[in-house]
Amino acid sequence: MSEASPAKAYALHLGAIALLFVLSFLLPEYYHGLLARIMVLAVFAMGYNMLFGYVGLLSLGHAMFFGAGLYGAGLAIIQLGWSVPAAFTAGLGCGAVLSLIIGLLALRSTGVAFMIVTMMFAQVFYLAILYFAAWTGGDQGMVVPQPARVLTFGGTSLDLTNPTVRYMSALALFSLVLLMMLAIVRSRFGRVLVAIRENEERTKMLGYDTFSNKLAAVVVSGTICAASGAAYALLFGYVGSSFASVQYSILPLLWVLLGGAATTLGPLVGTLFMYYVIDVTSGYTSAYLLIVGIALILLVLFFPRGILGSIRQRWLGWLP
Amino acid sequence: MHFGPHLLLAALEGLVTSAVLALTALGLSLVFGVMRVVNVAHGEFFMLGAVLAWAITTAIGGHPALGFLAALVIAPLIVGAIALIAERLVLRRLNYNPEATIVATIGMLYIIQQLALTFYGPEARPVEPPFSYRILLPWFGYSGYKLSVIAASALLLIATWLVLTRTKIGLIMRATQYDSETAQAFGIPVGRVYGGVFALGAMLAAIAAVLIVPISQAHYLMGQDPLLLSFIVVIIGGLGSLRGTVVAAVLIGLSDGIISMFFSPTLAKIIATLLVAMVLVFRPQGLFGTASR
Repeated sequence: MSEASPAKAYALHLGAIALLFVLSFLLPEYYHGLLARIMVLAVFAMGYNMLFGYVGLLSLGHAMFFGAGLYGAGLAIIQLGWSVPAAFTAGLGCGAVLSLIIGLLALRSTGVAFMIVTMMFAQVFYLAILYFAAWTGGDQGMVVPQPARVLTFGGTSLDLTNPTVRYMSALALFSLVLLMMLAIVRSRFGRVLVAIRENEERTKMLGYDTFSNKLAAVVVSGTICAASGAAYALLFGYVGSSFASVQYSILPLLWVLLGGAATTLGPLVGTLFMYYVIDVTSGYTSAYLLIVGIALILLVLFFPRGILGSIRQRWLGWLP
Repeated sequence: MHFGPHLLLAALEGLVTSAVLALTALGLSLVFGVMRVVNVAHGEFFMLGAVLAWAITTAIGGHPALGFLAALVIAPLIVGAIALIAERLVLRRLNYNPEATIVATIGMLYIIQQLALTFYGPEARPVEPPFSYRILLPWFGYSGYKLSVIAASALLLIATWLVLTRTKIGLIMRATQYDSETAQAFGIPVGRVYGGVFALGAMLAAIAAVLIVPISQAHYLMGQDPLLLSFIVVIIGGLGSLRGTVVAAVLIGLSDGIISMFFSPTLAKIIATLLVAMVLVFRPQGLFGTASR
């Protein structure tokens, strides 16, 4: 996080985006689809990282923000018949409003209580989806029909079910959020967040309003997660309650820990690596939760900084 | 059936839930109180107790009471041993850092759950109750076994309370809870106390599971509801307070029994979870606890 090399940092991020762009033309079909999904979920992880990595708030309820985007967009398109951009905006709006409410309530608690409170609000959200099964489809979920997933600008229309369009849309969202994260981290706001993580009392003493900064971080984080959820509903066409379950609150934590908390590229690396490990091991065993469990324990025991965090500590001090 | 007897039945069912919940939550509360560790894998120790009870009763066969008594002794011991190993290998090395231990216990949750699925399977399996005596009330017959569960749980709770307040072991545990550094300075082996408390917490959950398994069957996902309910009980009772835990368990168990008899269980869960989250937000020390630190 040194001042020295903004150019290097931007070059690295643009390089990563360019690499993902080129990969679109090189990858075989199966990995092409998988990577599109990973990029969307990496956005979810980046949203989580914003709060966990930079502010140091461990939330166990981020599935509700992903779910808010997923259901906000999904319900708007299925039940109300909205167009793709309107549905995406609806998803973002749901995430922003929900994260504002949750932030106002949950930020009154700290430490362990914050984790349990966020977990419980997420559980309420999940149960509410099951309870209102008449609209949400309950635990069966809903499928977004193919004709509804077409984006039209004037004369041209983009079919989001087409693999190339889907990949490029995922990449566009991913790149936008990645560059935004880089800008936030380097901004005054980002530095205040890190100061809060390191020593909240001192930051307060220096005259910063820590509560509103934390609240802003929760809203930005929740909205990014909702963007990921909304994109998931539109690109992959499935809206299901399992995405709002506790497991989907734990997964972004795992991805971020694995890739490296408080690194901009860490969420992508972590998501990519975890999917790679599951893909390789699924040849031998179907017990993928076992791998998730072992990975979590090994990470906190031996690599609490994650992959990119360890690289930054050892070799590349300038890594943002 | 009239409203009165209906309510009595709901209250009895609620008391059975409370009895099991109090034991499970007490385990969670002890671990949190003494070690400041939030054990997310607590529900899986509960599930493990139930699954082991099924395995032991099936292996022994013969009269159901024989297998059940064996399960009541052996299952908690095995679960305690597993917890002790987990504590030694993982939690101790993390220096009981609150956030790292939460992540680690989430890992344990997944490992135990997946292993149970792999070796035990996805089916729910019944365990025969040790006796099937029915007590005839004027309005309906009620299972004598369920009433004995309430009695057994009450006895265990009193025993735990006596150990905590009247014995040297209890004194050592309370000293560690109060101030672990000073306790260490006075020659208390804090590391061993932590290991023992973690094992004890898991054993309480396992005993509760063995007691409940003749009523509800053993299943590899059965640890989730007790975990959430235990959290609720421990939070409402005040983190680390024994008396509050028991009072809250009776309160939650009874209201759960009564509400879910008259309303949709999902709605009951939504309301209960939301209320508890609000308690935690606006009164973090719990309804019965006093502000700490």
